[in-house]
Amino acid sequence: MANGTTTVEQEEEYTPPPPERVGEEPGSLTQIVQEMVYTVDHKKLGLMYLGSGLVFFVVAGIMATLIRIQLFFPNSKFLEPDVFNRFFTMHGTAMIFLVAMPWVFGFANYLVPLMIGTRDMAFPRLNAFGFWVFLFSGLFLFSSYFTAPGLYNAGSAPNVGWFAYSPLTAKAFSKGHSTDYWTLSLLLNGIGSIATAVNILVTVFCLRCKGMTLGKMPLLVWMFLVTAFLVVIAMPPFSACQIMLILDRYLDANFFDTQAGGSAVLWAHFFWIFGHPEVYILVLPAFAIASEVIPVFSRKPIFGYPIMVAATVSIAFISLGVWAHHMFTVGMTSVGNTFFAISTMIIAVPTGIKIFNWLGTMYGGKIRLELPMLFCIGFLFQFLIAGLTGVMLAVTPFDWQLSDSYFVVAHFHYVILGGIVFCLFAGFYYWYPKAFGKMLDVKLGLWHFWLFFIGFHLTFDPQHFAGFLGMPRRIFTYEAGRGWEIWNQISTIGVFFQGASILFFVVNLIYSYIKGKEAGDDPWDAWTLEWATTSPPPEYNFDRIPEVRSRRPLWDAKHPEDPDWKFE
Amino acid sequence: MSAEKLASLHVGHPTGFVNDPTDGTGPWVLPSQRKVGVICLILTESALFVIFVVAYVYYMGKSLNPPFPRDVIPFPTKTPWLASFALFGSSFTIVYAEKMMHKLDRKGFLIWWGITMALGAYFVFYSATEWYELIYHEGLTISVNVFGTTFYSLVGLHLSHVIVGLILLSIIFVLTLFGKIPEDHIEHTEMISWYWHFVDGIWVVVLTLVYFISARY
Repeated sequence: MANGTTTVEQEEEYTPPPPERVGEEPGSLTQIVQEMVYTVDHKKLGLMYLGSGLVFFVVAGIMATLIRIQLFFPNSKFLEPDVFNRFFTMHGTAMIFLVAMPWVFGFANYLVPLMIGTRDMAFPRLNAFGFWVFLFSGLFLFSSYFTAPGLYNAGSAPNVGWFAYSPLTAKAFSKGHSTDYWTLSLLLNGIGSIATAVNILVTVFCLRCKGMTLGKMPLLVWMFLVTAFLVVIAMPPFSACQIMLILDRYLDANFFDTQAGGSAVLWAHFFWIFGHPEVYILVLPAFAIASEVIPVFSRKPIFGYPIMVAATVSIAFISLGVWAHHMFTVGMTSVGNTFFAISTMIIAVPTGIKIFNWLGTMYGGKIRLELPMLFCIGFLFQFLIAGLTGVMLAVTPFDWQLSDSYFVVAHFHYVILGGIVFCLFAGFYYWYPKAFGKMLDVKLGLWHFWLFFIGFHLTFDPQHFAGFLGMPRRIFTYEAGRGWEIWNQISTIGVFFQGASILFFVVNLIYSYIKGKEAGDDPWDAWTLEWATTSPPPEYNFDRIPEVRSRRPLWDAKHPEDPDWKFE
Repeated sequence: MSAEKLASLHVGHPTGFVNDPTDGTGPWVLPSQRKVGVICLILTESALFVIFVVAYVYYMGKSLNPPFPRDVIPFPTKTPWLASFALFGSSFTIVYAEKMMHKLDRKGFLIWWGITMALGAYFVFYSATEWYELIYHEGLTISVNVFGTTFYSLVGLHLSHVIVGLILLSIIFVLTLFGKIPEDHIEHTEMISWYWHFVDGIWVVVLTLVYFISARY
């Protein structure tokens, strides 16, 4: 170790130590809870990430449903304005930091060590730390509903929007403690995210099995590597924001206090320096899942592997220089506007390359329309539209018209729900058999897919038109006769389709666990290392650390007469 | 492919994806986890500092009311020359400590490591007296103007890193004082010195920006 290198022995034997069991017989509730609290296993932590993300997803989804019900009729009195503000703040914050991020880290945790052929993450205890910090940051945020009233009784949950623009968060305008809950819980959440990201980086760099050079890693691992790099670079600015806000609120500092020479715009800059890379932190894992699912269900290796990697890396770099396209309306110089408009349009190029590569993979392939593939095709279709509205919003004068309108709401829900969440669902269907050894039920899955697909389009397609007609985001109600009613009403109806589809999904997860068809080790006839072990994998993942020669090690194993490594 | 057939293709099998171990490719060497981990930590900490540095630059000369930097930290009279010298010097003494560690010279290691700690501690002590002076005599607090806000947050962020570094250094010092230099922990100690170098490197930026460049505003 002193020479700074780790040597992986070729024939590493491993006998797992007998698990220490304290308490009652295996399978009891105490046992399960104890196991969850004690575990440092990357697979269990991954599933815990995914499970707790799902709980927050349902809670934040219910908030969205209530928001949509309020907007069904003009002049509606269903929700109080204050309650409405809290709901959209908590919905946004929870969906980004307590749903999308843990799902990303859940997939990373579960899959990266399996795919690079190792037994755990580089720092298993740091991994557990990251999970528990995330979970308690979420519980802390939601506990604000019960504990935040504080002074003046002006508290309850945060109500400053998910990007919490200054000076709304200043002590003078946000009395009580609701904003403190927001800022502290996200500071905590950021620490957990950075810890997990460092862990992923170290795991990928230092624990790949023999023969897996960087150029032979599965694309999923590549994209999670780049994601983790982005988290490490882009999360600290967000933590810095929170520290500054805490200093402003508690020590009367002047970072964002305009009257003392501070600047409210600085908050916006700092927030979006984090906020835009965050979009790519979420979307690159979605690309990662698509890059594994599409080849397997097209029965072809991925088209243009090196270009995919290059596109991923360039997306990450460009994404660090586009943040101010969220801020065209604050009145920057025309040089600033032009720079950020052009950089935003440029980022569409590597993203477009990816879409063409996925289409190139499907082209001429023997496509199997299984559930993961269905979700990925939905993703391709919706992400394309999301990208196109993104390029529209990058045009500065166009953005001046539509910034903070429902057009923007429709755009980013297309990205996050239509793009990212569709892929994450594909991931759930694709790897559930690996995690639990049972197939997810196809019939329930089809209900889930079609209801979600229809519901998604019913909800978010009309919002583009509401935006064109001038409906601003975050208004709690609107007057009749502006032409907004019909779009809002279609949108609200769509939400119930989505809600029903999520019900099918959750039922499917439980039903298939109990009654699902046995999956076997390799139900999809796939090519990456996670399918080479049993389903579910043992705690030590592999009996012996594997050794690979190509990007599709399992293909080589199944087709010794025609292995990939001869051609790579 | 059935589970049985897959199992037969499992690792180690000649037709499996684990190829012949006698293929002459040599041992599989990857970088040390510890080093990559600390590099990532330094990367993420740097990103944190960048934002505070940007905030400092953005607000340079924008204070609406005194005390201004030119009054309270004028160049070169109020520049922390000796403290900076001590901190930069500690980056050299820690290298000597590491050399002693590689030679397994416990006494030499303790001496150089102790000097490093003393230099770091002097830096913290100097900062404490400087802050006392600024707060009680010059009236510069974090809330008085944007200079106070950005000065204390940037210098304070660095200072907090020096203190964390000192705690890490003292843990190693105490463990070595009451024990020995365990050979398999040499890399752990090296990593602490990397962190210490990083803290020093940040001070180059902070010193230049705060005490050299902004001192005339």
